Amino acid sequence: MAPPFEGIGASVRRKEDLRFISGHGHYTDDINRPGQVYAYFRRSDRPHAKIVSIDTKEAAAAPGVLAIYTAADLAAIGGLPCGWQIHNKDGSPMAEPKHPVLAEGRVRHVGDPIAVVIAETKQQAKDAAELLAIDFEDLPGVATVTDAVKPGAPQVHDGVANNVCYDWHIGDKAAVDAAFARAAHKVRLDLTNNRLIPNAMEPRAAIGEYDAATGDYTLYTTTQNPHVIRLLMCAFVLQLPEHKVRVVAPDVGGGFGSKIYHYAEEAVVTWAAAKLHRPIKWTAERSESFMSDAHGRDHVTTGELALDKDGKFIGLRVHTYANMGAYLSTFATAVPTYLSATLLAGTYTTPAIYGEVTAVFTNTVPVDAYRGAGRPETAYLIERLVDCAARETGIDRVEIRRRNFIPRSAFPYQTPVALQYDSGDYVATLDVAMKKADWAGFPARRAAAAAKGRLRGIGMSTYIEACGVAPSAVAGALGARAGLYEVANIRFNPTGSVTVFTGTHSHGQGHETTLAQLVTEQLGVPLAQVEVVHGDTAKIPFGMGTYGSRSLAVGGSAMVKAMDKIIAKGKKIAAHLLEADVRDIEFKDGKFTVAGTDKSKTIGEIAFTAYVPHNYPHEELEPGLEETAFYDPKNFTFPGGCHICEVEIDRDTGVVHVVNFTAVDDVGRVVNPMIVEGQVQGGVAQGIGQALLENAAYDASGQLVSGSFMDYTMPRADDLPSFHVATENTMCTHNPLGSKGCGEVGAIGSPPAVINAVVDALRDYGVRHVDMPATPAKIWSIMHAAAPKMAAE
Amino acid sequence: MPQVSLTVNGKPASAEVEARTLLVELLREKLGLTGTHVGCDTSQCGACVVHVDGMAVKSCTMLAVQADGAKVTTIEGLAAADGTLHPMQEMFREHHALQCGFCTPGMVMTAIDLVATHPDGLTEEQIRHGLEGNLCRCTGYHNIVKAIAAAWPLMHGKGMPAAAE
Repeated sequence: MAPPFEGIGASVRRKEDLRFISGHGHYTDDINRPGQVYAYFRRSDRPHAKIVSIDTKEAAAAPGVLAIYTAADLAAIGGLPCGWQIHNKDGSPMAEPKHPVLAEGRVRHVGDPIAVVIAETKQQAKDAAELLAIDFEDLPGVATVTDAVKPGAPQVHDGVANNVCYDWHIGDKAAVDAAFARAAHKVRLDLTNNRLIPNAMEPRAAIGEYDAATGDYTLYTTTQNPHVIRLLMCAFVLQLPEHKVRVVAPDVGGGFGSKIYHYAEEAVVTWAAAKLHRPIKWTAERSESFMSDAHGRDHVTTGELALDKDGKFIGLRVHTYANMGAYLSTFATAVPTYLSATLLAGTYTTPAIYGEVTAVFTNTVPVDAYRGAGRPETAYLIERLVDCAARETGIDRVEIRRRNFIPRSAFPYQTPVALQYDSGDYVATLDVAMKKADWAGFPARRAAAAAKGRLRGIGMSTYIEACGVAPSAVAGALGARAGLYEVANIRFNPTGSVTVFTGTHSHGQGHETTLAQLVTEQLGVPLAQVEVVHGDTAKIPFGMGTYGSRSLAVGGSAMVKAMDKIIAKGKKIAAHLLEADVRDIEFKDGKFTVAGTDKSKTIGEIAFTAYVPHNYPHEELEPGLEETAFYDPKNFTFPGGCHICEVEIDRDTGVVHVVNFTAVDDVGRVVNPMIVEGQVQGGVAQGIGQALLENAAYDASGQLVSGSFMDYTMPRADDLPSFHVATENTMCTHNPLGSKGCGEVGAIGSPPAVINAVVDALRDYGVRHVDMPATPAKIWSIMHAAAPKMAAE
Repeated sequence: MPQVSLTVNGKPASAEVEARTLLVELLREKLGLTGTHVGCDTSQCGACVVHVDGMAVKSCTMLAVQADGAKVTTIEGLAAADGTLHPMQEMFREHHALQCGFCTPGMVMTAIDLVATHPDGLTEEQIRHGLEGNLCRCTGYHNIVKAIAAAWPLMHGKGMPAAAE
């Protein structure tokens, strides 16, 4: 019987699922260490205030309390670092005010941690924290970027004039001005990309532990990148040598970006564990997550598109105010700049582009990358502008896209904003999506809906994204303070099974399956014989972790390189055993064969020989069969595609129902189609959530209004339809797998498709734009503010 | 402190708890059953759903003392003694209805209750409505809905009535 196909392209069921469906996942809060005590953070309940005094006396005397720490106790440790330095237009560096681990004399956002109470039980720590007597002197606060840059606005940091973190630009202003001067049509759109709260279902948690006998620290934490946390915490915050610190990220219950960053609680529990010689656990309550996990998006943007008389895009001018929140989170500064403005060409041949970004401090939770990170913001802007342009020039919205697409023959394509796209076929994804969504049949469906008193609209987006930020040298030149390679160690065990140690981290993506499939494909080892290990700095050589859809394109490529080395060494061992010239050894389907003969050795036999080297070329080779590779990509990868959304609006309530959603994405080589579909479905749900439901709401002073699941509208099962998901792929040309990444495409392509559909549904009301989220209240108000231009019924 | 005695996954269990201790805290912290998760503090997310006397209950919404004398089943108690999975667990795996796995225990417990209480069949709309109390951030619910529909015939030992499909 032929072995089951388990390699690249097989929808094998996930290896990790058994423990999750049986209740035996191992998340950080499931871990309990001997002698463990608990931390509870007292946080600011006000947006902006001076801390006049903190009286800890009553709290310190409360039952079970072991210690209370404030900023005064942490004077010797550093602030939380920012990992990407942006430079202003004039070449000067961005403003980078200190981000203290615990507030130093001033709180700057609701949720800013002020003190930590450590007690024998969680309840005792929480009870005592409420007994802390803190005197505040309230200061005026500011929540929005538009308010924060006004003259006389409250100043979030002393020494940061007008709350501006940086004022950056990219592209050719003169060329864009010239394009606008000769344009036949100009289209302008002002829009807001609404602020979101990531809300991975597992709240953040951390356990710090210290071994006084060895001086070793261990931090268990809900992170997407344990080595990055170790580096940042050791080098910048606690000043500890990395070899004395182990960071473990066990099963992590979703991340979506929010678990990339180094957070205060990680540093505090690690530091305090050494003070108290007790393991210290902290687990966020959801209300803490709302006010302490980095938020996402929050851009206020003006875009202007210049077109010639034939509807060709000739110039694009964009200005964005990006909300940084009160402090700079780890990668916050890169999001609106190098992860966003560099994609302003979209899928189009626009020859002249100029983008400006003003990053602004406000009295809100720090904002950083959230699923898509900068790329959804750009895709939303461009795809909304294109729809507006179509309407205002009278050119069909599909036709205007076709007219401006970068043709397949033009790759590699150099955009005017730094990036070079390696591959893509935007016509192909558009055509397939239109067919699957029955775009042609829409007028009939619209008429049928109208007959039932419902407004039906259809919209599309033909987006692009960039994944796997790279290469390190370029990122470094642009301000990144870290490398962006990935690491893999492939270890054969003597009896022929394989352990993969990867620097990426799986928090839902299914790497234990997908990465194992790469081994099955390349080395011919059955899937059951491959184990993927991740999330522990004591086991993995090094790694940059998982974000930006990089795990397969970058981490998988590192595995391919390591496996290439395994095969090269295996060939030498096989040549020795088979008494042949190494140049005559071929490797295929797990077997080393002397070319043109039936003499062969399986890779299992080779592995055994490598570990029991009785008959072995010792003069030439070391024993053992284990290889490590570091892979630094040559370029980003560029997934793209076409999303089509069809909505119906209830005239009486303003509720927007997504009745049909089709996503056809180009993600390059697909390893496990089942997992790719799942990633796209989840991303689309988050994108529909952004477009219709979700909004992190602050009042003008910076008080967080949407601070729980009662106030922040998460997409639920009955808010969403079933999705039609497919891929139509071109291969990435510069990595060995051809894979581009699929984790974020859903969240990038969907919001503009949804809003384009909503605006289409409301076309009889003269509506040009609806800001996200398109809530029932907003839609109802629009419908009742303007009588329809013509009766739809 | 009050003493609470109950049956958990078919075995007797008892513990001393504070009056304010929630059922989920008893399960996770006193009984070591960490398969039941806590995803929020407002009884919105459903990660903590268990069965109490056969009914799906958010165990963060019930005090431990209220479960005194009750029969509680958690995700750890679903599989047979020989490890054979419950059909709902099987279908979640078969249909890729989980990604990070954090909401999964609550989803599975809710889904079992939903299927059990709908012996005449379940439409997609009913399934989606029935999942209103459970949040998932990874899957977009698409495959969860499919898994539940696929588990219905296995749990009821007959085909899904055509009208419900």
